[in-house]
Amino acid sequence: MDALFLNQLFNGASLASLYLLAALGLALSFGLMRVINMAHGEMLMLGGYLAWMTLLVVPGAMGIILAIPVAFIGAAAMGGLIQSTLIRRLSARPLDTLLATWGVSLILQQGARDLFGAVGVEVRAPEWLTGSFVAFGVTLPSARLFIIAIAALVLGALALVLLKTRIGLLVRAVNQDRMMASATGIDVRRVDLTVFCLGSGVAGLAGVMLALLGPVTPNVGQSYIIPAFLVVVMGGLGSIVGTTASAIILGLFAALAQIFVDVSVAQMLLLVFVILFIQVRPQGVVAVKTRQLDA
Amino acid sequence: MPDLSALTARFAPIKPILPWLLLTLALVAPFALSSYDLNLLARFMAMGILALGLVLIWGHGGILSLGQGVFFGLGGYAIAIHMKLADLPDGEIPDFMVWSGRESLPLWWEPFTSPLFTLAAIVIIPTLAGALFSWAVFHRRVGGTYFALITQALSLAFATLIISRQDVTGGFNGLTDFYSIFGVGLASPGTGSALYWVTLAVLCVAFIALRWLLASRFGILLRASRDGENRVRFLGYNPTPFKVAAFAIAAMLAGIGGALFTLHAGVVSPALIGVVPSIEMVVWVAIGGRYSLAGAIVGALLVNLARDAVSSAFPELWLYLMGALFIFVVTLLPRGLAGLAKGKAA
Repeated sequence: MDALFLNQLFNGASLASLYLLAALGLALSFGLMRVINMAHGEMLMLGGYLAWMTLLVVPGAMGIILAIPVAFIGAAAMGGLIQSTLIRRLSARPLDTLLATWGVSLILQQGARDLFGAVGVEVRAPEWLTGSFVAFGVTLPSARLFIIAIAALVLGALALVLLKTRIGLLVRAVNQDRMMASATGIDVRRVDLTVFCLGSGVAGLAGVMLALLGPVTPNVGQSYIIPAFLVVVMGGLGSIVGTTASAIILGLFAALAQIFVDVSVAQMLLLVFVILFIQVRPQGVVAVKTRQLDA
Repeated sequence: MPDLSALTARFAPIKPILPWLLLTLALVAPFALSSYDLNLLARFMAMGILALGLVLIWGHGGILSLGQGVFFGLGGYAIAIHMKLADLPDGEIPDFMVWSGRESLPLWWEPFTSPLFTLAAIVIIPTLAGALFSWAVFHRRVGGTYFALITQALSLAFATLIISRQDVTGGFNGLTDFYSIFGVGLASPGTGSALYWVTLAVLCVAFIALRWLLASRFGILLRASRDGENRVRFLGYNPTPFKVAAFAIAAMLAGIGGALFTLHAGVVSPALIGVVPSIEMVVWVAIGGRYSLAGAIVGALLVNLARDAVSSAFPELWLYLMGALFIFVVTLLPRGLAGLAKGKAA
């Protein structure tokens, strides 16, 4: 196999990691509430700016490690605010939620433009992230390896939370049958809020990773969020396994397509691929079995 | 939900006469407005044609499209390519192609030399594209939020593709500098108001046709599939062809609106048809009233007037205002301005 192919394979893996981090929160809350937060991309942006600010306060090697929890908590708080003030009120109208949260996204982007300027800010990655390894004749930048590792860690942690903790049990219950869960005394609204904060936090964390790759701009989230939406469409309703699989498929597809065509055609092909995929499996990569008619 | 009944009562009497009132104003406008303002009004009316299509699919079909800009752009680029070709001396190619190092016209530009082909293309290309795209998604019973997300990806992919193929599309700057349409100079006196009358006529025809369509069996089935797609299936209907037909009609209206808009504005570019403009098109209809044809036209006019007034003076304020409008209308006024005129029960 030639170096170009291996190189794009590696790029695909890191792209898939970013898609996954951006899409996990969307998929989790879509499974629970059937709503998509269009301002989710701005959680990435927020995470990026929080990382930049953290590094202003704590420069040096530890700054980026500290930025991860800061971005997580900041974005989770912002997500919680959006959920409790806006999305909760619109819960029965999924399409209206799309539009209202798009309004939030516009305001957040313009807010960032006014606060930090339109050009964007640079996060200087610490030295241990600026180097690269050479394996199989391919250069692997440490920053991208770090991103892949973080995505794997987040996925593992999320799986542990969902499978082994009490809150995870509640989330799975609401995911399976909202009405029954509510009837057994589960506070479904609190579960909604918790999951929303968690998902927004993960997106904030993804924002830190974006900051390692390039400048943080007011619309940095936009370039990743639309592929992340496609990941959710292809993943299957509320399934973490499905979301992971579809993030990997789309990340690899986007990167490998760029061997043959340029970025813009690759983007078009990505959409065509998703549309072709739903011809074969409209229910997504992983279909959750249900007897509900309008699942 | 605030109590709007007092406001509603005040608006209720004007509801039946509203379309007539609008038509009268539109008929008087060419005699009352300066040519600059008339051109602006004509642009907004072209956008109103697109807005009518959104009432059909979103209001009555429950299909939210965040990609109407794509079809608007297909119509707009079709007429723009024709006008670019018509203004050329024999054997030359447009200046931007020369700058990008091209030596000959791309093959798919050639047929647009014919006015007849161009007129057909403005109607047929968006309709076919809309039909194929929506069929591919709807026939596998994918809809709702998923469909909205896919349309947004479509609009991103379309705009990016146009920007990157600078040598054949004019890239980020789009196509501009048109001098004549079908042999008539665009700058010559009378052309502006003639185009205004054409736009008004198309708008009226589209309005009447959709009004009839929405009252027909087709309209009833469309609303039924919006409210309970599976129930419609149980009754023995297949809702897919209805949804595809509605989407294709909306795409056609968007394409015609795009072509007329390009004539009035003198430019078509990715900045007018990308992700953000596409979703702005939805806000026109959200504000005017997603169930009301007249409301959608009013919404398109009002939002664009406001945009014109605010964004020239305070460009950064406009985005805040737009975001706030989205949130406000959707949460507090889901029926838009038309809801104020209709009363609660309607």
